[in-house]
Amino acid sequence: MVHVLAAETAVDTGLSAVSDNLVLAMIVVYAVALFCFVFEAAYGRRESLKGTRLVAVGASEGESEGLTVNLRAREPEAKASRHVLGRVGLGVTALGFVLSLAQIVTRGLAADRWPWGNMFEFVIAICLCGVAAFLFAAFRYKAHYLGAFVLVPVLLLLGIAVRWLYSESGPVVPALDSYWIAIHVSALIMATGAFMVSGSATITYLVAHSTETRRSLGEKVSGIAAKLPSPELLDRLAHRMIVLGFPLWTFGVIAGSIWADEAWGRFWGWDPKEVWSFITWVVYAAYLHARATAGWQGKKAAWISLVGFACLLFNFFGVNYLFSGLHSYA
Amino acid sequence: MRTALVLLFLLALGAIPGSLLPQRGVSVEQVQNYFLDNPDLAPWLDRFFLFDVYSSPWYAAIYLLLFVSLAGCVLPRAAAHYRLLRAAPPRTPRRLDRMPYSATLSTDAAPEEALRRARTLLKGYRIADHGDSLSAETGYLRETGNVVFHLALLGLLVSLAVGAFFGYRGNTLIVEGDGFANTLPSYDAFHPGSAVDPSGIQPFWLRVDDFDASFIEEGDLSGQASSFSADVTYREGPDSPERTHVLEVNHPLEVDGAQVYLLGHGYAPTFRVTDADGQVVFDQPVPFLDRGTANLTADGVVKVPDIAPEQLGFTAVFLPSAASGENGDLVSDFPDARNPVVVLKGFRGDLGLDSGNSQSVYQLYTEKMEEIGDSPALAPGDSWELPDGSATIEFTGYRDYVSIQVTSNPARVPALTAAVAAVLGLLCTLFVQPRRMWVRAGTGGDGRTVVEIGGLVKTEGAASLRRFHELATQLNQELREPGSADPGVEKE
Ligand code: HEM
Repeated sequence: MVHVLAAETAVDTGLSAVSDNLVLAMIVVYAVALFCFVFEAAYGRRESLKGTRLVAVGASEGESEGLTVNLRAREPEAKASRHVLGRVGLGVTALGFVLSLAQIVTRGLAADRWPWGNMFEFVIAICLCGVAAFLFAAFRYKAHYLGAFVLVPVLLLLGIAVRWLYSESGPVVPALDSYWIAIHVSALIMATGAFMVSGSATITYLVAHSTETRRSLGEKVSGIAAKLPSPELLDRLAHRMIVLGFPLWTFGVIAGSIWADEAWGRFWGWDPKEVWSFITWVVYAAYLHARATAGWQGKKAAWISLVGFACLLFNFFGVNYLFSGLHSYA
Repeated sequence: MRTALVLLFLLALGAIPGSLLPQRGVSVEQVQNYFLDNPDLAPWLDRFFLFDVYSSPWYAAIYLLLFVSLAGCVLPRAAAHYRLLRAAPPRTPRRLDRMPYSATLSTDAAPEEALRRARTLLKGYRIADHGDSLSAETGYLRETGNVVFHLALLGLLVSLAVGAFFGYRGNTLIVEGDGFANTLPSYDAFHPGSAVDPSGIQPFWLRVDDFDASFIEEGDLSGQASSFSADVTYREGPDSPERTHVLEVNHPLEVDGAQVYLLGHGYAPTFRVTDADGQVVFDQPVPFLDRGTANLTADGVVKVPDIAPEQLGFTAVFLPSAASGENGDLVSDFPDARNPVVVLKGFRGDLGLDSGNSQSVYQLYTEKMEEIGDSPALAPGDSWELPDGSATIEFTGYRDYVSIQVTSNPARVPALTAAVAAVLGLLCTLFVQPRRMWVRAGTGGDGRTVVEIGGLVKTEGAASLRRFHELATQLNQELREPGSADPGVEKE
């Protein structure tokens, strides 16, 4: 019998300090971006968004000369508040994203392993994916109006991470020392990022929906509520993000059970973490079904997706701190 | 679908109590503790199977109903889809302008030419010709994916059931240097599925040759394990050759359809007991169970039956790295055996081994015994002569043991296959867009050719309407190009 004692912890302290400073820089940068987005939401002009219309109907530009197009269902007009500061905010967010990427890389290099082995690192990685999903939505679907709604939870999470979850970088317990961590945790982190954007789009949707209802009843709406993007737009975006996140989540849970089979000798054991991942999965599946069921679209489906998001948050925070299970890395 | 929605919610809701209350399938001890802490409530909860949620009749009822409804929903859909896959795209409706996307254009090209061009543009579509029009369809994979996904869920459920019936799981400890034969008596705990014959399990054998653990020494994470590994030698059956394997966390041993996992490790202090005549009556390692604290303080019981006139028993605490605690008491400050120390409490009397009731080796039954005092802290090599002079117990050292789990689940691979099929099906159903398109060409009032285009999507999303528009634009462009009326002329 030999007890090998790790002679020194394999952590590069210089790199590790760089990565800790990057977290603080990231928070400052995101806070600036948030300010820009909030300013845009409050003081911008509510305009139609270009490029969200599917077909430039009636536009007889050169190529479609002589082509008469008729769309049965007119698309809802997509409106959102715009201001130059919004563009600045987008750029600043992109900078924050780069910092965040650098932070994760340096932390990984410092400890010489995949940089997600504890709650602190998960939170940072989830924020990275949330911001990535937002940037994707901003460029692909012109959804930069979501900036404030994504950055508020991101900043909250980062604050919680730095204040309460911080742990020094270092090696992980043997059970986490596997390439499955790269597969399983990455998939779940990315899914969580997408669900987070969906969650904030959904909350915005519910507010925008009630604003729209009041507007259609002839009430005068003012303030930020009046400048919210069109509910249809938000609803569609929330759905898209879940469509991205759901298969990632499914895959992540399955990868996790393959890993559990390898590490713990069973692929499914109803550990609290497994139970809540399953519940989250079922609720988001119910959301997808609801979207496909007459009479369940719109607000009802939105509430289901928020229940799903609540389960997700509970799985992340509640389960780690309230229950003891095999997934204890808190 | 509404039923499915409600059942899905029930499935999620029903899973919650299982995460809030301890479950027998996860930890029997936690359930026992819950019973001790809540003597009034626990039996009531037990009546509703709340300590066995996932194997309870009511949970089974939910998922069986769900899957009946799933089967009832998906099988007809699969059949319909199968027919659709073999059928031509539906005929062109009379009014194309009723479609979500419709467009018209006029051209000098002949109607046949327009249809021919449309046909080449519709790459990847299945196309049917109807003379003056054509109908095209694509994206069959979406529905295929949907059917595969839901069928895979059924497959997953069946696999889980098969695993629960035909699989087994057993736990035991093996002291470094000792062997283990895969038979029922070798296990501390054995959980067979209802269709498992415990006398017929795989006849493999293994021995733990060496065990290594390493721990982080410094910093915040000091004392956290950084790796465990055990060198084992094994044989698939009595006549098979011996092979070796390094057993690690995340690196189980596959043997004859069963998996052997390294779950944990601990210390087995070794003791030698000499009676008053100087005869050795006990000399072996005794596995101690750690208390679940970080520094592996462990408790154990030494039973010495073969000594006269009265049997001896000891309860003992093992501290791998003994140090003085805050109150001057002895604690362990590191999980590795840097300064191993044992403290014993001795008993004399009848161990009760012959009573016929089975005993736990980790518990001393002291009803018929009398306490004879506590030992000083013993380091390896130290002895304690019992106060009454009847015997001497020497703490000779320690060996490591590993705790292992053996599982055999014939449905592992089917379950994995179903899971992979589910993901692939899901990707298809979420990302493939089924589209139908029709093109009709005829001669209009002014003698020019009128081309009507219609497009239909059944799913949400803007992208497919855009695809229709791109196709229509492209067709329009091609038909307007000079020379397009004459298919024989090559374009420059
Ligand atoms: C654990 C159980 C289930 C899960 C996770 C699940 C998941 C899904 C998902 C992700 C979709 C795609 C939704 C979309 O088209 O956007 C879907 C569609 C569908 N599911 Fe399920 N499902 C489950 C059970 C059921 C059951 C029990 C039924 C039938 C009673 C059912 C019937 C359907 C149908 C008809 C669709 C097609 C919706 C469409 O065409 O848009 N599912 N399901």
